Amino acid sequence: MTAFTVLSALAGGALIGLASALLLFTHNRIAGISGIAAGILPPWGADTGWRLWFLAGLIISAPLYRLAGYAIPVQIDAPWVAMAAAGLLVGYGSRLGGGCTSGHGVCGIARLSVRSIVATLVFMLAAGLVVYLSRHVL
Amino acid sequence: MGKHIAAFIFGLIFGLGLIIAQMTNPAKVLAFLDVSGAWDPSLALVMASALLTLGLLQRFIPGLSEESATQQDQASCGTPKSQIDGKLIVGAAIFGIGWGLSGICPGPALVGLTSGLSGSYVFIGAMFAGFVLFYGLHRRQ
Repeated sequence: MTAFTVLSALAGGALIGLASALLLFTHNRIAGISGIAAGILPPWGADTGWRLWFLAGLIISAPLYRLAGYAIPVQIDAPWVAMAAAGLLVGYGSRLGGGCTSGHGVCGIARLSVRSIVATLVFMLAAGLVVYLSRHVL
Repeated sequence: MGKHIAAFIFGLIFGLGLIIAQMTNPAKVLAFLDVSGAWDPSLALVMASALLTLGLLQRFIPGLSEESATQQDQASCGTPKSQIDGKLIVGAAIFGIGWGLSGICPGPALVGLTSGLSGSYVFIGAMFAGFVLFYGLHRRQ
């Protein structure tokens, strides 16, 4: 159980939107994390470089935040078998559907892409259904 | 090089956004998805704030026309942004099932690389296996 955190949600969301806008303006690329991450796999091309740098910044944000003296709460309750299955589904599904929470859910919807709006509704519904079944039925 | 450093800084800002919004905590994401339980609506506000920020910046900074965004969309995924097909629906549903099982999507997964938790490492490894599986089955575009 977690508390509704209004200010941190608004501030964090604004930073996500700002980073996505900056990447769009300077690189003309969508800040879809699944696409950027999958894009570092071979074959390598002209886009591999900036993707690696973006991911490096994304990964280093956590130790930097901790270095500033703040804690990052991470609570994982699912067993590792569930985590393995979940990772596989997230990886495969995000590529088949052409995006994830950032690419469809933020960048796509901001451009009023019908594809992204539909994809976001579908993955929200599917995820909500899984949580409902695992917490309240099974 | 300048573009690479810029990309690094944007990744950093994106990661800090996820951390500050606490979207890096799977328990918080799952609490959002658990509408009929002790619901935590934070994720909806994170999305709304990100959308508002990006939407406003898109509107007021010239050079980013709808046309260029559409061209890029077609160049990057080969599909016009209004086309709904089976791949989109099935892919989003598969993604959603994995997200609901774990409370983790790709951004928070990568930020979790330094969490020190075995669950984070298992997820990241499996996620890249999922990418490889997709490219193996469907060919790289």
